[in-house]
Amino acid sequence: MNGPPAPPASSPGRLVSTLAGAGALAGFLLVVAFQATQPTIAAHKEEMLKRAVLEVLREPARFEPLDVAGERVYAGYDAAGKRVGYAIVAAAPGFADTVKVIFGYDPVTRRLLGMKVLESKETPGLGDKIEQEPFVREFEGAMTPLAGVKGGGAGEGIDMITGATISSRTVIGIINRALERLGPVLEREEARG
Amino acid sequence: MKTDDVVRGIWRENPVLVQLLGLCPTLAVTNSVANSLAMGVATFFVLCGSSVLVSLVRKLVPNAVRISTFILIIATFVSIADMALEALVPGVHKALGAFIALIVVNCIILGRQEAFASRNTVSRSLMDAVGSGFGFMITLLLMGAVREVLGSGSFLGVPLFGKSYEPWVFMILPPGGFLTLGLLLLAKSWWHARQERAAAPAGAPKEAA
Repeated sequence: MNGPPAPPASSPGRLVSTLAGAGALAGFLLVVAFQATQPTIAAHKEEMLKRAVLEVLREPARFEPLDVAGERVYAGYDAAGKRVGYAIVAAAPGFADTVKVIFGYDPVTRRLLGMKVLESKETPGLGDKIEQEPFVREFEGAMTPLAGVKGGGAGEGIDMITGATISSRTVIGIINRALERLGPVLEREEARG
Repeated sequence: MKTDDVVRGIWRENPVLVQLLGLCPTLAVTNSVANSLAMGVATFFVLCGSSVLVSLVRKLVPNAVRISTFILIIATFVSIADMALEALVPGVHKALGAFIALIVVNCIILGRQEAFASRNTVSRSLMDAVGSGFGFMITLLLMGAVREVLGSGSFLGVPLFGKSYEPWVFMILPPGGFLTLGLLLLAKSWWHARQERAAAPAGAPKEAA
């Protein structure tokens, strides 16, 4: 090597203590930042979930978490204390990354109450329409198991988005599979009252 | 000269438009003004914090472990920025996804530590970081403004053109990012070429081409 002469090498102890000192300082700063932000972050997440549950169960008077077949669902009750349905969170891979949705289900009529996309990175302008009005509306009162239809028209079935078949199918599939798992259990639960 | 440290990063050595560093976030998160702004502010914060700290400890850190120490410092500031964004603006934090964490590997930041902060006083390093940080932020905002106005017909989420405007979705997809960046680079080099021509005294003998 023709470069300038290397500076004198530092002792191993010096190297280790430098890194250890930097690590300790970094750890301290992270703990402080974590402590400062954690309550706000947790509150945000709870608020988001609460709003989503209320939305897909069509604004019940109250709701409470429930463990069904090892999964967490939210049972909603109207003002008279009558159960109106269950909100279920489910996820599956979409066109890009995981799609996570929450939907409201009434085991008595076997119809959906509503659907909301919690997380998705679907293509902007095409796949991300699964989060928006006309498509989300399709799920209100839809009969399960859901069937996707192309080209619109009246009648049963979810009208899929032109140019976003995979994203549309993903949402339908997530809900159908979740209900295959949980539907029978919820119906038994409902029968017991 | 202190102002020169700032101006250099914003204009003459703009990290994106001249050094062509940090192109990954520049292309990926500039599909809206809000995302660009959050990314710019987060990077600005990390750059300033890291430069000050690196400059403070520059005489204590042995040469052999300097990069590890710099990266540790940068990673700490990135984690703090990540948590702060999640607490303050959860929606934007979700939209930026992994790109906040990826500020750690943004060459602009480590580059400024190696090239400047590890050799200069704290105040000059801060000025340098402010310059580069603003340079990056301004470029992101330019990209974000062009792409959101054309691609979504809005600015910061406020619709601009009314219902009859059909958004040019191409602009918020990746190809729109490349196109916008290319046009910005073109404009910047055209400007510099013009400046150089103007700087050459008129009538002076031309250099042999």
